[in-house]
Amino acid sequence: MQIRFPDKKWFHEKLAGLGGEMSQLEINELEWKWLVVSLAMIGLFVGAIVVTAVSHGIHPPSHVETIDSASLHLSQEFAEDRLGVQPTPLADGSLQVRLVAGRYGFYPREIEVPAGRRIVFRMASMDVLHGAHIPMTNMSTMIVPGYVSEVVSVFPKPGEYPMLCNEYCGLGHDHMWSKVTVVAQENWRAHATGGEQP
Amino acid sequence: MNDATTTRLTLFNFWVAFGAFGLACFFGMYQVLERSGLFAFLQSPAVYFASVSTHGVLMAFVLTTFFIMGFGYYTAVHSLRQPVWNPRLAWTGYGVCVVGVVLAAVPLLLGKASVLYTFYPPIQANVFFYLGATLLVVGSWFWCAIMLVMLARWKKDHSGETVPLPMFATAANALLWLWTSVGVALESVFQLLPWALGLTDTIDVGLARTLFAWTLHPIVYFWLIPAYIALYCYVPQAAGGKLFSELLARTAFVLILVLGLPIGFHHLYMDPEQGAGWKFLHMVGTFAVAIPTLLTGFTVIASLEMAGRRQGGAGLFGWIGALPWKNPMVLAAILSLLMLVLGGFGGIVNASYAMNAMVHNTAWVPGHFHLIFAGTVVTMYLAVAYKLWPELCGRKLYSGDLALVQLWGWFIGMVVMTTPWHILGLLGQPRRISAVQYNSVLTLSWDPYESLMVIGGFILLISACQFVYILYKTQTAGEKLEAEPAAADDAVRPTPAWLNGFTLWNRVILVLMVLSYGYPILQFFVLKTYNPSAWGY
Repeated sequence: MQIRFPDKKWFHEKLAGLGGEMSQLEINELEWKWLVVSLAMIGLFVGAIVVTAVSHGIHPPSHVETIDSASLHLSQEFAEDRLGVQPTPLADGSLQVRLVAGRYGFYPREIEVPAGRRIVFRMASMDVLHGAHIPMTNMSTMIVPGYVSEVVSVFPKPGEYPMLCNEYCGLGHDHMWSKVTVVAQENWRAHATGGEQP
Repeated sequence: MNDATTTRLTLFNFWVAFGAFGLACFFGMYQVLERSGLFAFLQSPAVYFASVSTHGVLMAFVLTTFFIMGFGYYTAVHSLRQPVWNPRLAWTGYGVCVVGVVLAAVPLLLGKASVLYTFYPPIQANVFFYLGATLLVVGSWFWCAIMLVMLARWKKDHSGETVPLPMFATAANALLWLWTSVGVALESVFQLLPWALGLTDTIDVGLARTLFAWTLHPIVYFWLIPAYIALYCYVPQAAGGKLFSELLARTAFVLILVLGLPIGFHHLYMDPEQGAGWKFLHMVGTFAVAIPTLLTGFTVIASLEMAGRRQGGAGLFGWIGALPWKNPMVLAAILSLLMLVLGGFGGIVNASYAMNAMVHNTAWVPGHFHLIFAGTVVTMYLAVAYKLWPELCGRKLYSGDLALVQLWGWFIGMVVMTTPWHILGLLGQPRRISAVQYNSVLTLSWDPYESLMVIGGFILLISACQFVYILYKTQTAGEKLEAEPAAADDAVRPTPAWLNGFTLWNRVILVLMVLSYGYPILQFFVLKTYNPSAWGY
């Protein structure tokens, strides 16, 4: 079988054929203009997203990391005494927070973090599907049993924030929330206590 | 070409569709009341989540599937001028669907299937719920087969001729549904059913969510295409004009079919089991599928403008006033386009790869999809019912004025109900809660919007009851209609083969589906995954 590689002539023939077909379509001038406007609009939106994703590294939580939900309590990372705000910051200065989601709460139930600092949340479910969201911030992730969810956020303002479960997880779902207290950097107790929680 | 078989098939399908719709509106009313927290005696998570599950299944699966099947039989017979191919098969499909609905309804109403309409493993529903949902899908495949056979037979008898636009779009929808329902069918047959029957102990939730995402977005286009058929094929004539461009219409349907399929991951943006690159790819596709909707908006509005000017409307906006606003089809088109614009903005926020984090799973999301589905799509379904009911029953529409009031009520109710939802979403209220139990200062700001939502729900319920009443009265007490001579169709322009059939497009879809879902599904068989066991509610 002979394979014909597309050369210049082939390209011109194809283009002429397509042009002939297109001119048969009798597409109204206004339609063309609108098509161009539509494409430009979509291009603008996608372009804005590409810029933020590539230049600022803004991505949705997509940490494909599996874990056995049934034995979280025996694991290195999510054992009961290793949860909460970690005493040692990560290499880049971020604070790591480990939480377990289970019906009906995020454990530990209360955490305290400093404002203006990069916080890396690592979460796993011990039973069903959950979702974690701190309203009016971009701290949001699904917590799927069998996977570790990792999400990064910075809270600019001190205050008390609820961390809500935003995915239906059973009849007690309405009650599933934990308290996140954001304090000014200089008031953050962990400086003195080594991350021990209130 | 109104033979008795087509009339009966269409009516039987529509009865189930609109019966489900009326019933689901009562569940919806209960939900806004319960959730508002204004009536303490209504508070019950068990009843609320059973109600949400039933409302979702009735609206999204029962109303849509039966409406689309009924409308499809009517459209195929009328536009091809051929009787339904193999009516026995059509009735069998109908029967399978009805049995499926009944099987699913029993556990739903007993609160044994409160898994909402997106299923949610590892929370496990009664096996009859999964079985019923599966049968509903399987029954609808009979309809798809009949539509495609009718198209193929017509093309064989009319070689070289252009397929009429309504049938072209209906066949596109049948193909779309076959392609998209495979995802949920695989989840159901290989994961949910064996697991609910106790044949397997655990379930791969990541895989289940990925398969459901395959179905979850294109299913919306399955619901939308009949509304677009009405916008393209009924509205211009009803407004006293004609379709601005049939080619643009065909292009829009093909683009929805091809681009609408491989984009489901924007429902998984916040999930940990898929990588960022795949989500990014599906994001680009999601924005691309906005193009056919932008084309549709343009073509339908251009057709309305031509009609308005033909009736003496002058100036930049004068044609809008000159449109026949008292024609239910025209009114429905205007109102549903308005809601499409509002809902479309919300959709662009949802689809945005990073912005989604702010609104994911908040009240914003039901606000958006109630505008698009309950607003744009259902409004056109209602208008189609007003157009077809007299024809199917041979009686005049019971009251044209009441129909107009009903459509306005549906529009106003939808705006009043979804506006507070959008605001609540920005304030962070989760979508799937039965009551606000958070002892937090932030959540106090949610209170004022809850009462507005109840008013919207109440207007919608009244409007839905009016609709069912008008259909009932038309059928039982309407004046007999004189048979009208069928209007001659406009001559169809020659159309290039790639806008007259689907062979090429099926190949393109196959390639796109393998590219966008191949590895994301394969990874669950390559990675070391851990599956959880079943949980009750």
